[in-house]
Amino acid sequence: MDLTLKIWRQKDSKSKGGFKTYHVKDISPDASFLEMLDILNEELIHKGEMPVNFDNDCREGICGACSLYVNGRPHGPDSAITICQVHMRKFKDGSTVTIEPWRSRAFPVISDLMVDRSAFDRIIQAGGYISVSTGGVPDANEIPINKMKADEAMDAAACIGCGACVATCKNASAMLFVSAKVSQLALLPQGQIEAKRRVQKMVKQMDYEGFGNCTNTGACEAECPKEIKLTNIARMNREFIGAKLGAQKMKL
Amino acid sequence: MIKLDAKIPEGPIAEKWTNYKATQKLVNPANKRKLEIIVVGTGLAGAAAAASFSELGFRVKIFGIHDSPRRAHSIAAQGGINATKNYPNDGDSDYRLFYDTVKGGDYRAREANVYRLAEVSNNIIDQCVAQGVPFAREYSGYLANRSFGGALVSRTFYARGQTGQQLLLGAYGALSKEIHSGKVTMFTREEMLDLVIVDGRARGIITRHLITGEIRRHAAHAVVLATGGYGNVFFLSTNAMNSNGSAVWRAYKRGALFANPCFVQIHPTCIPVHGDYQSKLTLMSESLRNDGRIWVPKKKEDAQKIQRGELKPTEIPEEDRDYYLERRYPAFGNLVPRDVASRAAKERCDAGYGVGNTGLAVYLDFADAIKRLGRDAIEARYGNLFQMYEKIVDDNPYETPMMIYPAIHYTMGGLWVDYELQTNIPGLFAAGEANFSDHGANRLGASALMQGLSDGYFVLPYTIQSYLADQITVPDFKTDLPEFDEAEKRVNDELKKLIGIKGSQTVDHFHKKLGHIMWDHVGMARRKEGLEEAIKMIKELREEFWKDVKIPGDLSGKNTELEKAWRCADFLELGELMARDALMRNESCGGHFREEYQTEEGEALRDDKNFTFVANWEFKGVDKEPELHKEPLKYEFIEVKTRNYKE
Repeated sequence: MDLTLKIWRQKDSKSKGGFKTYHVKDISPDASFLEMLDILNEELIHKGEMPVNFDNDCREGICGACSLYVNGRPHGPDSAITICQVHMRKFKDGSTVTIEPWRSRAFPVISDLMVDRSAFDRIIQAGGYISVSTGGVPDANEIPINKMKADEAMDAAACIGCGACVATCKNASAMLFVSAKVSQLALLPQGQIEAKRRVQKMVKQMDYEGFGNCTNTGACEAECPKEIKLTNIARMNREFIGAKLGAQKMKL
Repeated sequence: MIKLDAKIPEGPIAEKWTNYKATQKLVNPANKRKLEIIVVGTGLAGAAAAASFSELGFRVKIFGIHDSPRRAHSIAAQGGINATKNYPNDGDSDYRLFYDTVKGGDYRAREANVYRLAEVSNNIIDQCVAQGVPFAREYSGYLANRSFGGALVSRTFYARGQTGQQLLLGAYGALSKEIHSGKVTMFTREEMLDLVIVDGRARGIITRHLITGEIRRHAAHAVVLATGGYGNVFFLSTNAMNSNGSAVWRAYKRGALFANPCFVQIHPTCIPVHGDYQSKLTLMSESLRNDGRIWVPKKKEDAQKIQRGELKPTEIPEEDRDYYLERRYPAFGNLVPRDVASRAAKERCDAGYGVGNTGLAVYLDFADAIKRLGRDAIEARYGNLFQMYEKIVDDNPYETPMMIYPAIHYTMGGLWVDYELQTNIPGLFAAGEANFSDHGANRLGASALMQGLSDGYFVLPYTIQSYLADQITVPDFKTDLPEFDEAEKRVNDELKKLIGIKGSQTVDHFHKKLGHIMWDHVGMARRKEGLEEAIKMIKELREEFWKDVKIPGDLSGKNTELEKAWRCADFLELGELMARDALMRNESCGGHFREEYQTEEGEALRDDKNFTFVANWEFKGVDKEPELHKEPLKYEFIEVKTRNYKE
């Protein structure tokens, strides 16, 4: 396959970026999208140019490092999959492919296609866990959990923290990401004890990081490579309102 | 002269860890605040250790090369984690897991370490459930189990096909909690380039910030390396693109012993190689062997027709299929350990019965399981794996058998550590895949997650105190010591040398060449002549690399090629040590298969009389021969036998 690539190039966070056009030839349809970029980068190095920087690691769709916006869609043309798992057979020979980094104020560009997603870490640090220390916990089977609830918690826990939900949202809202963690822990009995505190702390941090609000367009669910459901946002809103109404004044 | 003391506690095997804990030195709470620990790596072992140290009251600095600690490669582990809960009532016990692991490792692991691993395995499951890890459950609400290779019981806990992800997110949650408390400082996108030793003790590290290119110094009272394995020395492996051996290699070059470097695990169920542009291999979880049956055609002409695309696997009648694992190993069948399954696949393909257009693949067939349990049940168990397979290969595994072939997956070798997980450099500890300790010559499935979390949550938080108890009067280190100057200069000189070569070939060119040498000569089957040849070829390739590698850009700012070059330079030395170790070990055991040493049936032939030891290598200079130090292995609680998975 021969392709024309329009790629966002930006030396560092302070420089001004812009699109640059490249051509790649004889790409196998069985190559992955990132392998196609590897081939381009090898050519660029031979020409003495800087290769295109992009975050990637496991190339199995689970580490969440991928953050490419391809032809106007996060993670490219296929659904329920990250860009590292998309193969070139999904593209038409001779077509033009536009590759951009995530677009969101809360995810500033670091270099080329790499963005800073540390805001996600700070939201988790604010309360996205059960505050248990190592040791001194009961036997695992002393906490029976309804299988349906456990499965639902697992569905939410499958989030890989890539940020596609933010990148695709017109408001750059992080609600799907935050609600996935809130839901996972709210669905489990272990997570109940600090549920109210958790949701308030995480939402507060989310707002502080500059993410937008949810207006229920559902783009996040449609583009999520792990098919995290919009119903998680509804659950988080319920948890949040419940926590606020709980009359329980808490110091966060 | 290095003296090896594994510091194994006295007493019966089941009492050693209890005795150790009862008599070990501890640090009082007020003194813990005075002590600082560096942890390198944010995977299961690193994140668990850092969180647990901090909970105890120590100050911690943790380093990761990714943008977030959650990206560490533990995230990609699929199948599960073992524990001896015996919830299924099928006869499991600490002793049985200990026995299976030592046997699975082909009697090349240290008994006391393995027993401790089995002993704390249950604590791990308890801890993870308390953290909210959503393990699979039965309708009763209790935890579900499945079986894995090399065991006759079902002791594996799992979270769909994403167990590593869920366990890592649990540890990441614990780490995040401690970062929030201010006792842990997280350094993202920062790579360790050297170890700093002051008066014979590990006291700090030199790092490079991967975005700014800045070289930094960090000091502490102790350093823990939890940086994973070195499987990427083969270029193609199931490891993540950034997984590398540089941190342990730099420790080796500063005097830490490297143990059993040739013990590499080749995983039998990976998606086969498809082209020379390929960047990595994808694993299909071992759990698939619970329900999938492995076969190749019985007739060579059928295999050839399949290779040419003239015949489909579904067109081959039952009687013309060779379920070779069930045929050769009736007792364990498709669930033999990984090394055995990998070699058996290679044997069939080498004999001309392989499938796929390359002839380097075998079938993993779910037709029987779908008939028995229904498509929905199979989808519930393996849905995400089937989806991954279909996306990559463009074939539907519900309708046609999967094609699989062995690939490099895990390294059992690593830094030598004693019972306390301390290397021979005082104050330097190694945890998880970075150390050599628990898996011998072959690791059983679902044991890597167990070992990483065991080291991080339940071993290091105890054993590191034995060391730190003597350090309470040592004040915080300043990074302006001459040892830091020297280490930083060494790093800067090497970086300048790399960037100054301005040759004509890319890093990947050399790395791929190294990968081919390693796979052909230091891979699934090894021979004396091939290994000698490999040592020569790697040396030549290394010389060529240092003359002709082309790295664009400069030392400041983001420079991915420079990062890759640094790691590749280390692999070009590490690969040679692996070949040397494999050449020295004149026997076959576990993942190390020397063609000269096999039984008439093609099984690995150990030489217990001469090789029941851990091979530890001491660095003597890049182009000098390393020195071998043997730690003899004693089996007091297990009878050493020939591994038998037939009956």
